Amino acid sequence: MRPEPAASRAVPSTSELFGWGRTAPTGADVRRPTSPIELQRALPTSFERGLIARGLGRSYGDAAQNAGGTVIETTDVAAFTIHDSDPNSNTVLVTADAGASIDRLLHALVPQGLFVPVTPGTRYVTVGGAIAADIHGKNHHLKGSWCNHVESLHLQLADGSVVEVGPDRDSELFWATAGGMGLTGVILDATFRCPRIGSSQLVVDTDRAADLDAVCELMRSGDHLYDYSVAWIDLMATGKSMGRSVLTRGRFASASEAAPKIGADPYVYRANELVSAPPFMPAGLLNNLSIRVFNELWFRKAPVERRDEIQSIPTFFHPLDMVRGWNRIYGPAGFLQWQFVIPFDATSTLTTIVDEISQSGCTSFLAVLKSFGEGNPGPLSFPAGGWTLALDIPTGIQGLGPLLDRLDDLVVGVGGRIYLAKDSRVRPELLPEMYPRLNEWREVRERVDPNRRIMSDLARRLGL
Amino acid sequence: MRDALGSVQSVLVLGGNSEIAMAIVDRLVASRCKKVVLGVRSPASATTTLNRLRSAGVDADTVVFDALDPASHAKVIDAAAERIGDLDMVILAFGVLGEQSEFNANPVAAADAARVNFVGAVSSGLAAAAKLRTQGHGMILAITSVAGVRARADNFVYGSTKAGMDAFAQGLGDSLIGSGARCVVVRPGFVHTRMTEGMKPAPFATTPDKIADAVINGLQKNKEMIWAPPILSTLFTILRHLPRPLWRKISAG
Repeated sequence: MRPEPAASRAVPSTSELFGWGRTAPTGADVRRPTSPIELQRALPTSFERGLIARGLGRSYGDAAQNAGGTVIETTDVAAFTIHDSDPNSNTVLVTADAGASIDRLLHALVPQGLFVPVTPGTRYVTVGGAIAADIHGKNHHLKGSWCNHVESLHLQLADGSVVEVGPDRDSELFWATAGGMGLTGVILDATFRCPRIGSSQLVVDTDRAADLDAVCELMRSGDHLYDYSVAWIDLMATGKSMGRSVLTRGRFASASEAAPKIGADPYVYRANELVSAPPFMPAGLLNNLSIRVFNELWFRKAPVERRDEIQSIPTFFHPLDMVRGWNRIYGPAGFLQWQFVIPFDATSTLTTIVDEISQSGCTSFLAVLKSFGEGNPGPLSFPAGGWTLALDIPTGIQGLGPLLDRLDDLVVGVGGRIYLAKDSRVRPELLPEMYPRLNEWREVRERVDPNRRIMSDLARRLGL
Repeated sequence: MRDALGSVQSVLVLGGNSEIAMAIVDRLVASRCKKVVLGVRSPASATTTLNRLRSAGVDADTVVFDALDPASHAKVIDAAAERIGDLDMVILAFGVLGEQSEFNANPVAAADAARVNFVGAVSSGLAAAAKLRTQGHGMILAITSVAGVRARADNFVYGSTKAGMDAFAQGLGDSLIGSGARCVVVRPGFVHTRMTEGMKPAPFATTPDKIADAVINGLQKNKEMIWAPPILSTLFTILRHLPRPLWRKISAG
């Protein structure tokens, strides 16, 4: 049994850190500054093994770990300001410290009729992490990823200097930081545009799709009608049901639409963790059979077609956040997430991949399928026009490594890529093919950090 | 770096001519491992292995390692790290089996076996652990033996050296918790190798390849103790608790 990573202390001390998948922990001196000034002073004097900033540790693999070096946890530097704005403007500017989480932002924003520009499936990510991974959400097909909404950010470089960058100020460095996995410097704060919303509720349509073709067709023909869209896909179903899915799509409700459910205050927002996963789960509790049963029930409980259901923000966007520490349910060996994107014209490859996974008998629930809009200029930013599929898999499964290596080849073969924030095992030699502009990114890094003082386990493992 | 599935990118083998270690290295190389250093007494003895690894595209080299020279062990670890960078894995694969009847007649030879198998593991294991602590990651894979789980009249010198090594490695593993480094114990049963040639195989006798498969599987599952073959775990739970007269009878085979 592996111990929990020790709580970090004010005084540097070696702690073991791992990512959300709880695999491959490493030891580092963890520093936890409590003010912006302390954060800027947290750069170590010796850089022998470098440093990396860490937020809430939601990257699945080793992106926010730095073996033998320094890790700066930013979550205690978490202030933010909602700027005054023209009431007729669709968006409002917010400036937030890198350690501020979407969770904290939402508690302040929603009651004022505002939302974050992009939210992933968990609200426990920081603004710094959102930029470093250039996170995406259910609205990518219309709104792009997080960094599309950033006006500017402050970055502390490896030499200790602080620069302000944005799409219009040293855009090269800005876009290298967008999805740059924290390797261009320590993000201190950022200013981004937040959209106005009509209420804290969503109007949601649900469609059950019998197979993969059906769900793809539903998304192709109708996603543009919805602000938010994502499909849950059962990767354990085989044969005629292969790729059967539950597609949920929605938009924010107006105050009058939300009123019958929530009453007079359209912006009431409650987001709580309901239960906690047990601290220790025996290995093998989530096995092929139990997950098969779970997936079957989930699919059957979904309506074939339901329209205009009113759902809250946590229910629609962050269902898993209701269970604190749900990553522990996979037991001591941990788990990984594999997420790729491939172009729309490679739909047959999507079918091949889904088929291979379901044939492999590989235990997986919570697979998510979405159609992305166009990507942004970030050379390491993950999203690109096409299909993206994300699946969680316990790491103990025999033959998993070779299976994923084979699937990586299929992805690369059609010009696709995998998401670095989720990665914990890809072959380093595939990176230049997945991210053809990797060299451009490396040139920027060479300019701002020639001595590779900013370093992470991910960077070491992949030879970034 | 080690990845989520237990694959590593670099490995140092102390006892670089061990057939079990080579079977493990072959599997590591087939996955993510691109750098291998073999610690051997005489580099010439590893030429064939080295060439085989190099032709597979691996950056492979040798360092001189003598288990009987504890004073040199820290330098050997440093030399390997100098050559290939971070050591993701250090395999303690050296050891001598010997013949119990010969040990009975020649206590000095028995003491030498203990110096190789136990003393050598202690000094090289601690030297490796110090390196891995500094790195903040890495794994020591200590290959012990089921012979160390319960000593037998016909190989108790070997058995006791491996028992010592096994206890040392378990304690080392516990002491490393929190550092990012790990120590994993591998307990093979009877293995058909050069070392055991001509001996009468014990029940559940196995091969280096099967041992290596069990090791790779155990690493992926993040095990701290790997029995090879895995059935030995159950078997020895029973055997170690048998009354001694009964154990004597059974182990005399």
